[in-house]
Amino acid sequence: MAHDHDHPHPTRADHRSHAWERREAAIRSLLIEKGLLTADAIRAKIEEWEQKTPALGARIVARAWSDPAFEARLLADANAAAAELGIEARGVKIVALKNTPRLHHLVVCTLCSCYPRALLGLPPAWYKAPAYRSRAVSEPRAVLAEFGTRLPPETEVKVVDSTADCRYLVLPLRPAGTEGWSEDRLAAIVGRDAMIGVALAQATRA
Amino acid sequence: MTERRFADGALVRVRDLPVKGHMRTPSYVRGRQGRIEGCQGSFPNPEERAYGSDGLPARSLYHVRFRQRDLWPAYAGLAADSLSLDLFEHWLEPAHGT
Repeated sequence: MAHDHDHPHPTRADHRSHAWERREAAIRSLLIEKGLLTADAIRAKIEEWEQKTPALGARIVARAWSDPAFEARLLADANAAAAELGIEARGVKIVALKNTPRLHHLVVCTLCSCYPRALLGLPPAWYKAPAYRSRAVSEPRAVLAEFGTRLPPETEVKVVDSTADCRYLVLPLRPAGTEGWSEDRLAAIVGRDAMIGVALAQATRA
Repeated sequence: MTERRFADGALVRVRDLPVKGHMRTPSYVRGRQGRIEGCQGSFPNPEERAYGSDGLPARSLYHVRFRQRDLWPAYAGLAADSLSLDLFEHWLEPAHGT
């Protein structure tokens, strides 16, 4: 049949694997062949990471909002504070950044995609995109506005670029109107984006 | 714990070292002046660890804060706005100024 119709076909680029994908496949098959890893171990690790969600971080935030002593321990040692709640966050140092009415934190990783995965799961696609990574550092207020986040004009913005061995979790400001709420109810209004710092926790969410 | 060279509050300048490959110092802070906010501890040097070495001795890793206006001349925001990141000790040198 003549191929003369005009509906679009994917271009070759859609099918061609990138060099790094071929390299990963080659390294993976070598590791399996040499008996250093199994396909099942790789699958299990992917499953483990994909099961972590921002609900873990939200529990930590809700506890910190409810218990000032826990908040102090969180700010001093976030890994140990997570462990108190049965949340395993070993291996990489996690630092909690406390937002206040006068100071707002925004987290980015300009060099790659460093992210507090133990507490938030895998990062969203936009967090890894060159546009967010470059603009969050140089024009954080414009980025916040594009996310629909409006700060009081006098609030100072501090961008934290996770460049090395620490991962950062924003402790959002507790919204007004949530006085007396249970930790479960509070956790439900703490979204992933508020813990990255591109959004605020809002009493109306959920 | 490795002994720290810089105290909290110290003014530092980021060196522009000719390191190729896996390093953790973004280009936008090189040559810029910031202030030590704290030390995160000491960690194996990622520039060596990425290529098969153990990266030891561990290097002090500092949290360094910069004024946004010192990084981006056209920065639109409050004068108090800042940016901070973690930098290894060998990338820092003492600075003098305000």
